[in-house]
Amino acid sequence: MKPLAKAVLAAVLLFVPSAASSACEFDNEVPVKSISAGFEAWKAVTAAMAECGNFEAELDQEFRKKQPAAFAATPSLYQIGGVANSTIVPLLNEGTIRPLDDLVAKYGQNLTSNQLIKVDGQVMSIAMMVNAQHLMYRKDILDDLGIAPPKSYDEMLAAAEKIKQAGVVDYPIGATMKTGWNVGMEFVNMFLGMGGEFFTDGVQPNVNNETGIKALNMMKALTEYMDPEFLVSDSTYVQQQFQQNKIAMANLWASRAGAMDDEAESQVVGKIEMAAAPAAVPGGKPATTIWWDGIVIAKNISDEEADAAFRVAMEGLDSDMVQANSDIAVWLIKGYQPGRLAVGAIESLQGGAPSFPASTAMGLMHTALGNNVADFLTGAKTAEQALADVEAEYTTSAKETGLF
Amino acid sequence: MKGRTFIAFVGPSLFLMLLFIAAPLVSVLWQSFEVTQQVFETVEVETCTPGFPEQTCVTETRSRPVLMESGLPLTETRFVGLESYRNVLEPERAAAALRNGNIGELLNIDFWKALRFTLTFTLITLPLILGVGLVLALAVNNAVRSIRGPVIFVSLLPFIITPVIGALSIRWLFVGDGIMTAFLEWWLQQDIAMFAQGWTIEILMLFYRVWHVAPFAFVIFYAALQTLNMDTMESAIIDGASRFERLRYVIVPHLMPLIIFVSLIHLMDAYRVFEEVIGFRSEAHVISLQWLTYDFLTPDDSGNRSISRASASSMLTMIGIVILLIPLLMRTWRDHRGSS
Repeated sequence: MKPLAKAVLAAVLLFVPSAASSACEFDNEVPVKSISAGFEAWKAVTAAMAECGNFEAELDQEFRKKQPAAFAATPSLYQIGGVANSTIVPLLNEGTIRPLDDLVAKYGQNLTSNQLIKVDGQVMSIAMMVNAQHLMYRKDILDDLGIAPPKSYDEMLAAAEKIKQAGVVDYPIGATMKTGWNVGMEFVNMFLGMGGEFFTDGVQPNVNNETGIKALNMMKALTEYMDPEFLVSDSTYVQQQFQQNKIAMANLWASRAGAMDDEAESQVVGKIEMAAAPAAVPGGKPATTIWWDGIVIAKNISDEEADAAFRVAMEGLDSDMVQANSDIAVWLIKGYQPGRLAVGAIESLQGGAPSFPASTAMGLMHTALGNNVADFLTGAKTAEQALADVEAEYTTSAKETGLF
Repeated sequence: MKGRTFIAFVGPSLFLMLLFIAAPLVSVLWQSFEVTQQVFETVEVETCTPGFPEQTCVTETRSRPVLMESGLPLTETRFVGLESYRNVLEPERAAAALRNGNIGELLNIDFWKALRFTLTFTLITLPLILGVGLVLALAVNNAVRSIRGPVIFVSLLPFIITPVIGALSIRWLFVGDGIMTAFLEWWLQQDIAMFAQGWTIEILMLFYRVWHVAPFAFVIFYAALQTLNMDTMESAIIDGASRFERLRYVIVPHLMPLIIFVSLIHLMDAYRVFEEVIGFRSEAHVISLQWLTYDFLTPDDSGNRSISRASASSMLTMIGIVILLIPLLMRTWRDHRGSS
């Protein structure tokens, strides 16, 4: 029998050794463990937490599959959890994280109000950074051809046509359209940007309509200017396409911006500029969604442990950490000086891009989109068919989950 | 062997098989007839998230699971009969597609799309693996003794590689401007994108599986060749049998039980094709039955997963394997009866 693929693909596991040092303001006596995603920002934050001693971090890109079960155990297997607006949903649903109001009052003097994620008036999570897909473009190429940075997708298509004519890069546009979560995400951005509403009455699907078809058609129009293998291209692939001088524009995650100026990997250091995500309709809001990452504290642990965990977390999210790592994320923490690379995310926020509307229903919708949008892009289905299938798949899952 | 000795030897393995294979299977079968749901309530929730420069708060109607006193979500389990199977198979849609004679429409349904690929994959790789394995075994058997060791070692290498890693390596060779694609482009003087359409991905998958599993067939056949009765072989030569006739009438009948054995193992393995789909990221073009089960079972960001449909889909996979194996099992059974 062969070992399951999952185990191998699973992820990068990294255990940060706990070593007490002087950078932390107190000596932590209570053992604290955390589980979170493994990207750069989390590495920086958990490394700063480790300075308090007695701390162990598990950084795992597949954390979302473990976290709900680990937090449901009594006592919880981890005291601190790293979440984003979607991954906090199962924890809220199962009631496995605790309200943080009293801890914020006790130890949260340095937090800004923007960091307090509130659900029904209670602080449930402390946000540390925001992330969003926004426009990255090759300033040198656009300047040479006399193109202004596109503000809408129509302008992006026009720009792509000119770049294609000029033949300066292999493909004018790159996009994270890997089948599944990524391509689903692209549709969510486009659909919301066109003013779509995913649900009526909170749970009834509402994508098989004019807006849905327009969103799909815009995605298809964009793919004409992409590498034909766009259905396997994820964030890393698009990042590499930029770094290797193969594409000129893409709507890519803010957390990838730092890599563009990494001299060890990139052939285009300093040539890539950031801007708000293009609008889906001329003059509209940037067609993207805002994501935040933050920490939560488990409910099934003693108050003493929660106290220690929160203090350790505050050490990880302090100004010292931000000043040492200001280029790797768009931080929400005091003392953060946004640099050139953060412009795109901030402009998208200013432009009024909505927060990703995470919920149980949205999770099901995202999966259904991820599984069906590709069939339209490959030409296997018409737009109406694909959207009807999205709604059918969503309905089946929603019935099974108990939403209906 | 005495009855008691027999039981003493077989007992532990039988017990473990019941515990780790039969019992989970029964539980999966049972789960496929049930659905466990959380109980939802509709509430107005105000959520505040980071904005610029200040927080943005939105109030919306949202479905939220009901929590019990103990803090655990309230769930209810219902018996749904064959509903999960219906959800996987979508019989009405499939029947409508068949009535219209529209195969494309049928293949738009996930299960049938997966079944189509799984079956073609299994049935195309089977003869290729038997053939390549046999050719390799014959070649090594006829090779000079001094190079046999190294040749066996090298031919076994693909079999040792972890399947997912192997699939990933092949992907990296061909994706984008990978080394092999770049070479093909230079050689054929045209732009090639191996991962832009389904059929090229399928060819890579077939190639990968044959490359990976043929060594297994080769080792088995090579071992069997060592026990070939040389007297029969020599008489065949004296009788003037050509190389092909010797292969057809002496070697293949000798290897037959092992050919069936290799086929059985391969059918079981190939019907559960999974690593290729993950490794080649082929979900947009081709999916397999095992991948479908995995997809049902993987929780999304919000923690939803369809245990019931996953159970139904894995039961269907098992039924498929049994159907595929029936002809071979019947043959083995006949041979067994004949010989005893």
